[in-house]
Amino acid sequence: MSRTTLNNRTSTTSRSLAVVGLVAAAGLLAGCADDGADAAASDAETATTAEADALTVTDPWTKATDTGMTAAFGEIENDGDADVRIVSATTDASPTAELHTMAEGEDGDMVMTEVEDGFLVPAGGSITLEPGGDHVMIMGVTEAIEPGANVNVTLTLDDGSTLDVVAPARSYSGANESYGEDSGDDADMDHGDMDHGDMDMDADAS
Amino acid sequence: MSREGLNRRSFLTGGAAAIGGAALALGGRAVWDEEPVPMPAPDAVGQATEEFRGIRQAGVSTRPQAFASFVALDLRSDVDHDALVRLMRIWTDDIERLSQGRAPLADTEPELGAVPARLTVTVGYGPAVFRAAGLERLAPAWLRPLPAFTVDRLEDRWNDGDVILQVCADDETTVAHAVRLLVKDARTFVTVRWLQRGFRSTPGSTPPGTTMRNLMGQVDGTRNPDLGVEPGLVWQPDGASDALAGSTSLVVRRIAMNLDTWDELDRDGREKAVGRRLDTGAPLTGSKEHDVPDLDAVDANGLTVIAPFAHVRRARDDEHPEQRFLRRGYNYDEAPAPGELSSSGLIFATYQADVDTQFIPIQRRLDELDLLNEWTTPIGSAVFFVPGGARAGEYLGQRLLES
Repeated sequence: MSRTTLNNRTSTTSRSLAVVGLVAAAGLLAGCADDGADAAASDAETATTAEADALTVTDPWTKATDTGMTAAFGEIENDGDADVRIVSATTDASPTAELHTMAEGEDGDMVMTEVEDGFLVPAGGSITLEPGGDHVMIMGVTEAIEPGANVNVTLTLDDGSTLDVVAPARSYSGANESYGEDSGDDADMDHGDMDHGDMDMDADAS
Repeated sequence: MSREGLNRRSFLTGGAAAIGGAALALGGRAVWDEEPVPMPAPDAVGQATEEFRGIRQAGVSTRPQAFASFVALDLRSDVDHDALVRLMRIWTDDIERLSQGRAPLADTEPELGAVPARLTVTVGYGPAVFRAAGLERLAPAWLRPLPAFTVDRLEDRWNDGDVILQVCADDETTVAHAVRLLVKDARTFVTVRWLQRGFRSTPGSTPPGTTMRNLMGQVDGTRNPDLGVEPGLVWQPDGASDALAGSTSLVVRRIAMNLDTWDELDRDGREKAVGRRLDTGAPLTGSKEHDVPDLDAVDANGLTVIAPFAHVRRARDDEHPEQRFLRRGYNYDEAPAPGELSSSGLIFATYQADVDTQFIPIQRRLDELDLLNEWTTPIGSAVFFVPGGARAGEYLGQRLLES
């Protein structure tokens, strides 16, 4: 899959401006670094060290849903010199979001679990959040995420800096591993005890 | 010119010429040191792209690609202005990516998006879009079904539609993938009403600029206007209102051809029916395709060379030069019905600034008299408003929907 590179900048200030400009120009999507209120309020020196500045999110998107659970995806690239760890996520589309991965369970089936240590984006490398793999789990959606709507997702990194991502919603039939055995697009279940044991591995194209 | 100096675009454009040059270099006797000839990339046809962004949509003045699918869609009953905006945002992003060879978001077959092959997708609106958007005041007066013509044998399955996508590319796999993606991305907004697939000659099979032939064997589309000289025949001016700037209209008529009875006609009769030669497409009063027909010329018997019933005479009215439009048709050839030999015809797609003043008068004349009517039958008809294109930062239809 080809990708759009959204940043190629040398300083924090021009970088953030350029990203904002691209968002406006394309009317679309982009990762947008936010150094946090504290960092922004202090000085540029602090800002340039924020981990969020090293990350770029390409082609973010969210699976549209009426209610219940869904997920957000995209490629996250780290062009910095140090590893960056994403430790949590929030979204304006629901009260709860978690970082999830797929792992082999005791019975050998792939099951979805919340990652304990977050997502590590290696220095100079990238990770891909995609159906059947790592993803940002969005839970407790009560107001429909309509196809074409923009979902705001904020990723928090281990230095406290944050990355705002606009992930447009798309109709998508796959990624059903996120929903557990007794739920569907209209489900509104408590994620805490959901059973991922029956996820649909057809969604994993690998 | 150094090879390094060639950018990708000029490299692709020069591809056809380069093939000729390479053939000479290989087949000719070398007198001088061989001059390096840039070879087109082996996938030059597949990697060629058309610009998506602009005040006018692509796919109208774009040199016609080899394959087209016309997909008419109906809006679901709950689609309102807000939903239309979301739909157009989705399609704008999808079309921009597809036309540049990049997979759209959430594409389950992203590898199929890697061959743009000059893909264009042109979006048109039926009256229902204006109603759903609460913008009926902005709907052009001509945006309605064409009047009934006596030659029509319209079948509902090819008529009308709330929205149309004209999807064109030089690779049919590219077209199929784009249609599938655009339709499934829109499935909460629309249902498919009809789909018509058509084709022309493929790149490299005829010299660039060759006028297409239809399946009756005729050169078809000779008299297309030069939009560089007369853009107003197709386009609303760039300086028009936001709702109209860069817009046009699309008429899609499905014309069935009765090739069995056409076979009964000898070559002379075929040429008289149209008023043009079959080999060159030249008018019967001329020698070259683009010679202007002399409607007054008479033969030794005092009869007009171009007969009173000939298609070119009936289609033409030199006193009304505004009665012209851009033909961008495609042949179709479907599975025949049981007991029949073929089901062939023409997807007669035309673009014009105003359907009422440009298209309908010609159609009326042809309805009254045109010998070609003996072998051709309109079986489908639809009219659409084609909004202006998406400039940088805009979504398709934005200037209309936000008027």
